[in-house]
Amino acid sequence: MSILKPDFIKPVGLGALIFAALAFLPSLVDSYYMSLAISVVSFAVLATAWSMFSGPTRYISLATVVFFGIGAYTVAVLGEVLPFPLVLVCAGLAGTMIALLVGFSTLRLAGVYFVIFTFGLTELVRQVVSWYEVNVTREMGRYVFLDITQNDIYWQLLALFAVLLLTGFILGRSRLGFALRIIGEDETVAKHCGIDVTRVKVALFVLSALFMTLTGAIMAPRWTYIDPVIAFNPMLSFQVVIMALLGGPRRLLGPLLGVIPLTLLFEVLTASFPNHFSILLGCVFMVIVYLLPGGVVGLYEKYRAPKKRVLATDQNAKTGGSTA
Amino acid sequence: MFSYAVFSGITLGGMYALVAMGLTLQYGVSRIMNLAYGELVIVASFIAFVFMTSLGINPLVGLLIIIPASFALNWVIYRILLTPLVARAKNRGMLEVDSILATFGLLFIVQGVLLVWFGGNYYSYDFLNNAVDIFGATIAANRLVALGFAVVIGLGFYLILTRTRMGTALRAVAVDPTSARLVAIDVNFASCFAFALGGAMAAVGGVLVSMFLTFSTSMGVVFTMKALIVVIMGGVGNMLGALIAGLILGVAESLVATYIDPGLTIAVTYVIFLLVLLIKPSGLFGRAAS
Repeated sequence: MSILKPDFIKPVGLGALIFAALAFLPSLVDSYYMSLAISVVSFAVLATAWSMFSGPTRYISLATVVFFGIGAYTVAVLGEVLPFPLVLVCAGLAGTMIALLVGFSTLRLAGVYFVIFTFGLTELVRQVVSWYEVNVTREMGRYVFLDITQNDIYWQLLALFAVLLLTGFILGRSRLGFALRIIGEDETVAKHCGIDVTRVKVALFVLSALFMTLTGAIMAPRWTYIDPVIAFNPMLSFQVVIMALLGGPRRLLGPLLGVIPLTLLFEVLTASFPNHFSILLGCVFMVIVYLLPGGVVGLYEKYRAPKKRVLATDQNAKTGGSTA
Repeated sequence: MFSYAVFSGITLGGMYALVAMGLTLQYGVSRIMNLAYGELVIVASFIAFVFMTSLGINPLVGLLIIIPASFALNWVIYRILLTPLVARAKNRGMLEVDSILATFGLLFIVQGVLLVWFGGNYYSYDFLNNAVDIFGATIAANRLVALGFAVVIGLGFYLILTRTRMGTALRAVAVDPTSARLVAIDVNFASCFAFALGGAMAAVGGVLVSMFLTFSTSMGVVFTMKALIVVIMGGVGNMLGALIAGLILGVAESLVATYIDPGLTIAVTYVIFLLVLLIKPSGLFGRAAS
């Protein structure tokens, strides 16, 4: 099996070592840096999960916060009733259900329908949850008092990120991942290869949504108070798209390159310009869209590419010469 | 009660149709999927508000300033922000993705600026707020005036598109930009013109809506969403389709708000959207998707 080949064992082993080292971070730094680390890891999960679906298919999902919020809300509702691992399972199920519904109703159509649907989905879910809380349960806003420390949140997120990267790595070498890349290049060709295009897209969308939901669920105890406006803040979806695009959504580790600098930048911006955050964020985003369409990874590949091309043409010239 | 709900639904639907006509022009002719569209509607609402409360200019007179100004603004947006994207796009799909991303960024910039200036509160102003009796329903005069203007402007717009040389050129570009070049249509100019005209329609919608609805800085997304749904329902590029779809959406929303719960209007929009997606994604009057 391909699992035992060295090109599989090496990166996975290296990754395991890095994650094991990162797990000791709480004993090294104080709580301010821990909260920063939690932001970085949570955005890393969200941006990588986003890219896992949107990178190869180029279907832009603007609804990251919908799944994140569903996860957080599930914890707020069930947190004190069930043990935490069971709550995570429930959150995962809820996220999967919504993702299936969205996926099957939009992913068999052209990409633009999907974008539009996800664009307004946040507004819809927020309105429906608010309506339900006001009219049925009659409590707007909920408190989350769980016995979970900052370090617990960090370790859970780290574990989730490790699982996500492993999933992405295996996916990249599986039939499903291959099918996805063909769909991204040309959907018609994919259909002619006998790929069930819709099913592949829905499967990937659900997988990516599942990770987003779990992130929301893990992050919920950090807030102590949750209401629909906090849980379903469209700014989060926007931040995730920016990070993934800056890093480069077409490589597994690409989004990470965008997550680290931008989380730090956001930290500075929210502290220094709380009222102008959205404007500055929009400007950063425009710069990325216009100047770095392929992200940092794309830039790197662009400057590395000419060498390769020279080599290729060299070889062509040689083979051409030998046949002549 | 019922006639009131239907009438206010028709007014609202008329606004949706008007706003959606502009969007269908931007998407159908210029091939720009503009997610910041609703923000332009709200900006116009706020300008009408400032005109009315600070300068004492009535919104209908204000239209004379706002229409050319928004036309010019959208012209500039297209020339500066979108032309580079059009130039670098290799095909329609890439332009769609790029324009979605760029206008998504624009959305947050415009929303941020509005938030800094006006904050998160709801705004409204008094204009022609006296009651009028029609078919047994009591209706505020401003709604009637808004509807009247929507009909006149929408009709004028329709006539421009179907009866003039420029309108015919726009429709030709909507059908096929490559072939349009063969009959000496300046496609870049037509795209820019359509984008600016669409933006002007958004501004008209914003001004008319502000006469009878309360509005806030965060409502742009909802307007974009509804306009997009109306465009899809009516069929991309189809003016009459947009009109009928807008009216259906407005009346359905108004009936639900009156008889069930005003908090569920977006849910209604989404149910209608889902039905369209599941049954006829090419729109009520659209041709089969290619």
